[in-house]
Amino acid sequence: MVEGDIQIAPDGRLRHCLTTEGMGGERITEILDLAESFAGVNDKVIKKVPLLRGHTVVNLFFESSTRTRSTFELAAKRLSADVLNIDVQRSATSKGESLLDTIANLQAMQCDLFVMRHPESGAAHLVARHVDDDVHVINAGDGLHAHPTQALLDVFTMRRHKPDLSERTVAIVGDLRHSRVARSEIHALRALGVGEIRAIAPRTLLPVDLEGLGVGVYEDIDAGLADVDIVVMLRLQRERMEHALLPSSSEYFAGWGLTPERLARARPDAIVMHPGPTNRGVEIDSRVADGPQSVILEQVTNGIAIRMAVMALVAGTAPQREGR
Amino acid sequence: MTALCITGGRVIDPASGHDGEADVWIDDGRIAAIGAAPASFPEHDRIDAGGCIVCPGLVDLSARLREPGERHKGTIASESRAAIAGGITTVCCPPDTSPVVDAPATVELIRQRAIEADQARVYPIGALTAGLDGQYLAPMRALARAGCRAMGQADRDVGDSHVLRSALTYAATIDRPVILPACTPSLGHGCAHEGPVASGLGLPGIPVAAETTAVARIIALVADTGARVHIGRLSSAAAVDLLARAKADDLPVTADVAAHQLELTESALTGFDTRAHLRPPPRSTGDRDALREAVGAGVIDAICSDHRPHEPDAKRRPFEASDPGLSGLETLLGLVLARVAAGDCDLATALARVTAGPARILDLGLGTLTPDAPADLCIFEPETETVVDPDRFVSRGRDTPLAGRTLPGRVRTVLVDGRVRSG
Repeated sequence: MVEGDIQIAPDGRLRHCLTTEGMGGERITEILDLAESFAGVNDKVIKKVPLLRGHTVVNLFFESSTRTRSTFELAAKRLSADVLNIDVQRSATSKGESLLDTIANLQAMQCDLFVMRHPESGAAHLVARHVDDDVHVINAGDGLHAHPTQALLDVFTMRRHKPDLSERTVAIVGDLRHSRVARSEIHALRALGVGEIRAIAPRTLLPVDLEGLGVGVYEDIDAGLADVDIVVMLRLQRERMEHALLPSSSEYFAGWGLTPERLARARPDAIVMHPGPTNRGVEIDSRVADGPQSVILEQVTNGIAIRMAVMALVAGTAPQREGR
Repeated sequence: MTALCITGGRVIDPASGHDGEADVWIDDGRIAAIGAAPASFPEHDRIDAGGCIVCPGLVDLSARLREPGERHKGTIASESRAAIAGGITTVCCPPDTSPVVDAPATVELIRQRAIEADQARVYPIGALTAGLDGQYLAPMRALARAGCRAMGQADRDVGDSHVLRSALTYAATIDRPVILPACTPSLGHGCAHEGPVASGLGLPGIPVAAETTAVARIIALVADTGARVHIGRLSSAAAVDLLARAKADDLPVTADVAAHQLELTESALTGFDTRAHLRPPPRSTGDRDALREAVGAGVIDAICSDHRPHEPDAKRRPFEASDPGLSGLETLLGLVLARVAAGDCDLATALARVTAGPARILDLGLGTLTPDAPADLCIFEPETETVVDPDRFVSRGRDTPLAGRTLPGRVRTVLVDGRVRSG
């Protein structure tokens, strides 16, 4: 598939990180293992390694973001890169400059790595196709399509709690139809051979042909949560109500919100995840979000290590694995 | 005007059923005879068509020429020349120019530019509603008198069914067919077929129901008003079923399909290829196969190019933000011949869908080689294969997801009114 090809360099290395689709279990495992080593850096007093010294990383966010952008910035700085944050609201793009012209100008400033979030699906692919050979693109979320580093930090968090994912059941609950996180996560989990993936949502929030991706579909949350090991909650966006996909947030919470009573249907040691930001009382009860099974803040911490690993890999500065 | 004889070719005229090697005699811009020379035929030139098919020039029911209003994408001169290069001698252009074709002066402007270009015939489709905004009827009688053979809405819907019913009734009064799109806008906000590919790419989907609800409404209003309606560019098996039933009920409804819909499926979007951003979108394999079958069976009456030339920047954007459409004039014949090569239908049937079929829908009096018809002909080499190379397109539009594909046939000579055009 073309998607898998464009992010791989001719020598087989990861050149861009655009999607988890077609990435393969071995490469994902390589990223997770590298992230484990960077997780140690984050615990030290001096949280820096010199792997991206002399490199310039551009955070180019066409959609607002606090968490993702901050963790990318921290990750780049902990790798000793120079970081440029472009305020797109004030940039040339808002004056009518095309996306590719913006990128061309930044390339002319000898920037090496673009971390890009964009409201259009495929925007990161477009940029990756047009950058110079020694420039790298990391997709920090494109439209409804992909958010690979979020998916990778999620599976990293899962693996830390449930080392053998092949025996596990993962439930993804909420608006899968409009979730780039869910798409990327499903590809990553399948590549890692997870035992079972379930999607739980009202039908208006499910993409067509989810079953074709090897995902079991449940419209009843009580049935869907039975005996699962991992629950991934997705954020519900208010505009979904305006688009007549749901009657109201209260009805959604009553039907699909994660409460302690519903979580009790999962395995007792099940973990609860959420890519954030959470809407308490809409998709998740505060007692669950703040409860002992929640690993939501761990996900944020792990995001830095994963993003360090991805940046070092695409830039070609990551420590080589033995046997490569 | 010089008299002419085209010798040695296999002459296929679907309108008359003629199929066989014969000479074609042309005098004063019209077909004089097929076969033996008419008595006292004047001194004439000859064109050797040995090894070629000689058929009526192709008639394309939907090709944007972009003029007036979008000359950076194409002009009547550039695109009618591209039509000739593709074997097309007549192009009908939808009314969504800028300004919209809702005034006789705009019709006149287009016709004048076409005469100056001196390439393919150009028939502007008049607007059905003023400004194509679906609220007030356009001056259809004046547009018809200015030369519009049909009225249409391009891609724009008439949301108010009362207005549409009125417009169809009025069009029937002035005896003009109406060309309508097969898409309900409130269901058609997306940019890809609502299926597994769009789901995987995170692209907003256009469900098949966007087409079937539109076609069902059109058919109900045809039954109600008796107006002649042509549905432009079907894309789904379900809509083909609705059309077949309407035809079985003898309703005056016809339809076409874009040639690329017979070739592409949703998988063309893989990797966010903006060249495959089309409207309607390429759909499932089952839909494509049903369209192919409907062309062969005659349920679909015509195949059009749905030519939409763009400037290069129009496709250098993220998929959803890119402009839909491809450059189709120069691949129309090859795609039609590809269906013959694949065994979907015989050559005469395939050619009927791009000659007699579309000409009959708009009462053009073209698309045939019968004596006294205008001598619009396409002479092509059926055995020569052509690799689709957008860099060699005559059209200003260079976008097609078919780039690199090998298609059968190569256009050798095209005549309009008995004169060889450059192409």
